[in-house]
Amino acid sequence: MARDKITKASVKRFLGYAALVFFALVFILPFVLTIVTSFKTLPDIQQNPVRLWADPKYGWTLDGIRGLNTSNVRLPRWAFNSVVVTVSVVAGRLFFDSIAGFALAKMRFRGRRAVFGFVIVVLAVPGVVLLIPKFLIMKELGILNTYAGLILPLMFDAFGIFLMKQFFEQLPDEMLEAAAIDGATTWQIFTKVALPLAAPALIALTILSTAGVWNDFMHPLIAVPGNPDLQTLPLGLANIRAAFGQAQPWNTILAGTMLATLPIAIIFFIFQRYFVQGLATSGTKG
Amino acid sequence: MVAKDEASTEIDRPRRNRPLLPRRRSRTRSASRSENALGWIFTGPVVFGLILFVAIPILLTVWVSFRDWNGFVSPFDTPYIGFENYSKLLFEAGIRQTDFARSIRNNFYYVIGVVPMQTTLALVIAVILNKTALKGKGFFRTAYYFPSITSSIAVTLIFVFMFQTQGAINAVLPFGNINWLDNANGLIHNALGVIGVHQPPAWAAGIEFMGLTLWDWFAGPSVAMFAIMMLVTWTTTGTMMLIFLAGLQSIPPSVEEAATVDGAGPFQMFWRVTIPMMRPTIYFVVMLGLIGTWQVFDQIFATNFGGPRKTTITPAFWIYFQSFRNSEAGLGAAIAILLFGVIMIFAFLQRCIIKSSGEL
Repeated sequence: MARDKITKASVKRFLGYAALVFFALVFILPFVLTIVTSFKTLPDIQQNPVRLWADPKYGWTLDGIRGLNTSNVRLPRWAFNSVVVTVSVVAGRLFFDSIAGFALAKMRFRGRRAVFGFVIVVLAVPGVVLLIPKFLIMKELGILNTYAGLILPLMFDAFGIFLMKQFFEQLPDEMLEAAAIDGATTWQIFTKVALPLAAPALIALTILSTAGVWNDFMHPLIAVPGNPDLQTLPLGLANIRAAFGQAQPWNTILAGTMLATLPIAIIFFIFQRYFVQGLATSGTKG
Repeated sequence: MVAKDEASTEIDRPRRNRPLLPRRRSRTRSASRSENALGWIFTGPVVFGLILFVAIPILLTVWVSFRDWNGFVSPFDTPYIGFENYSKLLFEAGIRQTDFARSIRNNFYYVIGVVPMQTTLALVIAVILNKTALKGKGFFRTAYYFPSITSSIAVTLIFVFMFQTQGAINAVLPFGNINWLDNANGLIHNALGVIGVHQPPAWAAGIEFMGLTLWDWFAGPSVAMFAIMMLVTWTTTGTMMLIFLAGLQSIPPSVEEAATVDGAGPFQMFWRVTIPMMRPTIYFVVMLGLIGTWQVFDQIFATNFGGPRKTTITPAFWIYFQSFRNSEAGLGAAIAILLFGVIMIFAFLQRCIIKSSGEL
């Protein structure tokens, strides 16, 4: 009886592992293939599209990486633009979203409900619908094909406001009142008391925004249509196949995708503890 | 007694009308006025930004959809044409109507393929990850979630590489070399071909709706669209899985223990306990999927740019194409409004369902 139970449990465990490993391979192998292919030669890629090791006949090569800095394919430039845009937008969002979230959560002012209602309505608007008029507004403001055009429209983000408001609402009023009684101004209460306590929410907002902005394709597509100098990584990569015409140097194309993914991957692996922690605290009771 | 008195006054004080950040003279008029001003100083910039980049654009989309605008000149100089853009899309026979019908058909097949696939896969993975007493759960969770945080364009390029005729997918699959990305054949047509139906029956070829024959309407997703559906499912499943995991962890363990005591096997447990307990989360994930899949754009742009033979055009892509490549921004705006309507219907449904399931 007891032995029966043990074998049953171990079969179950084996099946569980087998399923998990299978799915993990499905999810991870394309990335492994991408990395390996970036360092293969073109004939090798054509002959062995699945092999996770360079054919010794052809050997490894850095041609793929070298192909990323030419007149058509300007990965360093795209990466620079992506960094400028991502850093500016995330910094702006952290600032605007936290002050607005704080005001909506903890301050009483006329129109507060209306402002929050407006934020919720905006949250529901699908981005696709805004393509054309966003272009028009950027044109009218004269920020089309500029960094301002890439950055400003992304900076105002209803989701972040909502996130920060939800978080600030959890802070006990007594704590803020105590600071007020000690003579702190609202600004001091916000910067010295509320913000430090909001660190987890700010980290979450930073991670989500960084990934979102770094990977965003649609906005740069319409914001800088006439200025190749301002293309970001997704925009440059989306056009990379066209840049090569008929020949498709997949080692270069995949090296580009690999390098574009790398920064986000690093951030993800450093901060994933916060994802896992968030999940853990939300209930691993069982 | 004094302490009790203080406590009761604390409770009796009407919380709502009290400013939450009392200044030392919080009850005076000047204080509340300054709180008003401060509130607006704090929220003003984002309100202004959201009005400029979201609210005005929505109204502009509606306004432009009634104009004959090519996207280059100022729309304020263009003629008002009433519902002409809409009727070109919906009622007048012609290439505009046929293309719009194609985009709706393609996206519809995409939605009814991707939403069940990503939901089921995510749920199954989440249940396995949650239930079994395995080590290395963190690693697996990371592996499954990773594709979700990568750039849609980068992931699309990886899939284009793998789905080439001489690519990894064909090398792994035992069917011989399929030309995935340039294949406009519908999957349902292909399936009918297997049982010997290669030509449309007369009734299916004869009846037309919005410029497409019934045969065309029931083509199924093209092989190229199917490849895109695989790609998207692979990318989004991780996010859905995380949502399911959070939901699974909120099921009280006592419920499952009770079911085990009553002799439920793993499959009974899944169908009779897990699925019913997870119903609100499943609704949420499905609705999230519906709203997202009706907006597919990046993957369409980076794989085939709507080809082959327009079998991967979608309304979102067609808005972009008509507005920025075909110089019919007025028409593009009308497509945007129609798509907005479709998405709003699903968003509204989601809200209703969440509300009703929240009250349970």
